[in-house]
Amino acid sequence: MDWGTLQSVLGGVNKHSTSIGKIWLTVLFIFRIMILVVAAERVWGDEQQDFVCNTLQPGCRNVCYDHFFPISHIRLWALQLIFVSTPALLVAMHVAYTRHEKKRRFRNGEKIDIEELKNERIHIRGPLWWTYTSSIFFRIIFEATFMYVFYYMYDGYQMPRLVKCDAWPCPNTVDCFVSRPTEKTTFTIFMLAVSGICMMLNLAELCYLVIKICMKESGKGA
Amino acid sequence: MSWAFLRDLLSGVNKYSTGIGRIWVAVVFLFRLLVYVAAAENIWKHEHDEFECNIKQPGCENVCFDHFFPVSHIRFWALQLIMVSTPSLLVVFHVAYRENREKRHNQKLYKNPGKIDGGLLCTYLISLILKTGLEIFFLILFYKLYNGFKIPRLVKCDIKPCPNTVDCYISKPTEKMIFLYFLVATSCLCIILNLSELSYLMFKYSTKCYLKRHVKNQQ
Repeated sequence: MDWGTLQSVLGGVNKHSTSIGKIWLTVLFIFRIMILVVAAERVWGDEQQDFVCNTLQPGCRNVCYDHFFPISHIRLWALQLIFVSTPALLVAMHVAYTRHEKKRRFRNGEKIDIEELKNERIHIRGPLWWTYTSSIFFRIIFEATFMYVFYYMYDGYQMPRLVKCDAWPCPNTVDCFVSRPTEKTTFTIFMLAVSGICMMLNLAELCYLVIKICMKESGKGA
Repeated sequence: MSWAFLRDLLSGVNKYSTGIGRIWVAVVFLFRLLVYVAAAENIWKHEHDEFECNIKQPGCENVCFDHFFPVSHIRFWALQLIMVSTPSLLVVFHVAYRENREKRHNQKLYKNPGKIDGGLLCTYLISLILKTGLEIFFLILFYKLYNGFKIPRLVKCDIKPCPNTVDCYISKPTEKMIFLYFLVATSCLCIILNLSELSYLMFKYSTKCYLKRHVKNQQ
């Protein structure tokens, strides 16, 4: 059980997405989930073991680490990815519900081709348009929220090399050194950039959908 | 044998669930199982190695850790996830029993073996009650075992062989607390979903029963 299940769920949604939605999904899988699992987790793997403080006082290292890293970057990104992928489920549920309704009508005697129903690509119109658009809107909100939380929690996007700690039981002020700060900063900036790209893609998709429906309405009106 | 087995089991249950049941399955997958495997497990990975006491006395750290964490949080949640997902098996077994019966008698006994009515409704309701009961049980047990839903930064330990009282420091208490609150919140959400599904089903079938009786009386 890992990100594979998420991949299969989102892959199902892919069929009913716009082209921009498909690009967003690809970026999500390759540049975020895969990078997280294959690279970022190794970089942060030894973070507490290699967090070294210039003191022999037992407990000081634990307390300082906890003070400067209330929640690890890696866990924050994992949560961000889970939350950002969840709105797509709304679309999957709506599509499943539409199919279920069509099947029910078929069972009640209406003529519908069952095979065509299974492979049919449901167009983004009517209520599905609203579900799809709200899912994109929520995605944007979640991305922005997590980026802000990250910025607020870590005072920016840079990993310091040295932090000065004076939490009890550390005697006076103690120098503590973070392991692999440059590599961690590089990955943080990378994940931030990809997050920004995903947000841009979502905004573009939202504009595209709104413009499309406006043009359709004005075309009908004319 | 891993969590993939639970995932497959829950996917099988999904077919015979109501709409709220499917939302429950989605919540368990995404917000409990996936968060557990992708994030929470790693936080508790080295909890014993990183548990540090202000003492050189051999054995003191081990004894203190064992005293304050009789069952590790993460193992507790794994048990909870497994126990809470298992009642859904009752429904799967009942549907399989119905299909078997149809095959044995070689005739269509049920309009649709997977439809929730009659005996299957009772099984479904029992599984919902069991799920809710188990969730509440585990939450109360956690509360009793750890004196509330909190993870302190420092614990004071005075068990033999520790001489006098010793300060012991837990690793990553804030991060652990954040995930503790998250998992407790999703647990409560699952309880609410189960209770609403229970009331929905009871309301739906009691009105159906009442209407049927009303029509019969009129005739």
